[in-house]
Amino acid sequence: MTETTQPHAWGTQRSADSQLKRNWAKLRRNKAALFGGILILIYLITALLASVLFPGSPSAPNLIHSLERPSIKHPLGTDELGRSILGRVIYGSRVSLLIAIGVVFVGLLVGVPLGLVSGYYGGKVDFGIQRVTDTLLAFPGFLLALALVSVLGVGLKNTIISVGISMVPIYIRLVRGCTLSVKEQTYVEAAKAVGTRDRIILLRHILPNVMIPITIQTSLGMGMGILSAAALGFLGLGVQPPTPEWGAMLGSGRAYLFHAPHVATFPGMAIFLAVLGFNLAGDGLRDVLDPRFRL
Amino acid sequence: MPNGIIEQEKLLRVSNLRTRFHIYEGMVTAVDGINLDVYRGETLGIVGESGCGKTVTALSILRLLASPPAEIQGTILFEDMNLLDLNLNEIRKIRGNAISMIFQEPMTSLNPVLTIGEQISEAIRLHQGVARQDAWSKAVEMLQMVQIPSPEMRAYEYPHQLSGGMRQRAMIAMALSCRPRLLLADEPTTALDVTIQAQIVDLMERLKGEFKTSIVLITHNLGLIAEMAKRVLVMYMGKVVEEAPVEDLFQEPLHPYTQGLLESIPWIGKKLKTGRKQLQEIPGIVPSLLEMPEGCRFHPRCSRVMNICSKEEPPLVQKDGHRVLCWLWK
Repeated sequence: MTETTQPHAWGTQRSADSQLKRNWAKLRRNKAALFGGILILIYLITALLASVLFPGSPSAPNLIHSLERPSIKHPLGTDELGRSILGRVIYGSRVSLLIAIGVVFVGLLVGVPLGLVSGYYGGKVDFGIQRVTDTLLAFPGFLLALALVSVLGVGLKNTIISVGISMVPIYIRLVRGCTLSVKEQTYVEAAKAVGTRDRIILLRHILPNVMIPITIQTSLGMGMGILSAAALGFLGLGVQPPTPEWGAMLGSGRAYLFHAPHVATFPGMAIFLAVLGFNLAGDGLRDVLDPRFRL
Repeated sequence: MPNGIIEQEKLLRVSNLRTRFHIYEGMVTAVDGINLDVYRGETLGIVGESGCGKTVTALSILRLLASPPAEIQGTILFEDMNLLDLNLNEIRKIRGNAISMIFQEPMTSLNPVLTIGEQISEAIRLHQGVARQDAWSKAVEMLQMVQIPSPEMRAYEYPHQLSGGMRQRAMIAMALSCRPRLLLADEPTTALDVTIQAQIVDLMERLKGEFKTSIVLITHNLGLIAEMAKRVLVMYMGKVVEEAPVEDLFQEPLHPYTQGLLESIPWIGKKLKTGRKQLQEIPGIVPSLLEMPEGCRFHPRCSRVMNICSKEEPPLVQKDGHRVLCWLWK
């Protein structure tokens, strides 16, 4: 085991700790990033503790209480089927979190390897990958997701796949660009000079050095993913009822905008705050981690 | 067959090496038909101004230039094996194992996200197929050998935690970890201050004795050449313009370019001896490789230029143990 062969790891840990502390201090000074972080934290807690925060089913209709205004019993009011909006917003956070994670997972899984290969090998491989990327980037991201959904069909899984794929070209471009600059570094040449294979150079020498922009893009991508998935839901092409999904809730609340505005307002605010949180946190991470802003 | 024995002692025989780059403006010849031999256990110095093809020569030997745009011709015989004929897998087995390289910039030649120990043991595991722990303890041993204090601890540190001199030591440890027969040292001390330079030179000398490694020392620092090398090649615009044993070269440089190089070194006290007022310089700059001068490449800057110099390429002349590419000695 590594623990037994590397007993003096304190040197590394000490420095990693201090680096982490420095970054944390910086992040804390950045009020906007801190606010974003708090929003994400609330969002995560809500998603994880949904069943504790709201015992009972968020999807069971109760038509007698339809379209009630906010009250003690239903703090955010009820929707057209008499379901508590609070409960649906709380449970909706689970769905949107799942989408956010799934979307960036798809984007990373496909985009990062293609970007690495494209940037590192160059030549025909690069040309091929980049022309496909160009084609995908020619569509506005949401339009691409919409087109994919119309091919794949609606539902949670297909929403994740479609929005995820619409993000792939962004990751390809980002990773390729960073790879192009990292592969010219002397340490990559030095690794080649000791006979390291391409695969190991890519995974051990290049990938860790492009992690920072990937991390930042991932945070921003989660916000984008939530927004795109909500937009699909709003159009009725995303997650299907009765699953509580913010975009779909917003869509169905649109019909009652004048005499029951709370039906659309609260899911809309949930989307707004979640996306805001990820964007602020992403910007904050960039300020802290981007080497151009260091020192 | 005394000749045969001498041939055997040659570790590396580069003949007619020509490295060209296809670029947008056309074809650039960075190394133009050079020959060089490295004997076992010897230090060969290569000197010249920036851009004269020293580094490209080293990179060509290890085939580290991407092609395209690079195109390498000639033969590079290493222990009777032509490195230019090997496929990528075969050359990878040579790199770091039989031939290793040290780079100029110790600040950038170590990966910032891996610990020193990881980087050195990676090279060891690659070529010796030993287990992770063994490679790690071997890496620590190497760090000890290059005189890094408390190597067990330092192995866990990242490059940014080490000083420039220590990083270059770590780089040397990495390059020597598989006991290569040939070490290509590309400006190994340029980025370091003078006291550290001296330590690195001592270290390389000692390790050369210990490992019986031949060194090709690439530098523009003539002091370093005088200190370490036995034979010296002087390069100018992709050609070897003079080759001589180090003492001869310093005492009696034949090529006007070599003379210019030696005159442009400041010697304390020399002013009084020769009555010279100012430090000499070689006028002009190295021309662009795209606008190669006709005839001798040095003639636009040469102080002893003759008519023929601008018309015909100079011949290779053998004189007093020198090999010089100049019309003066014909």
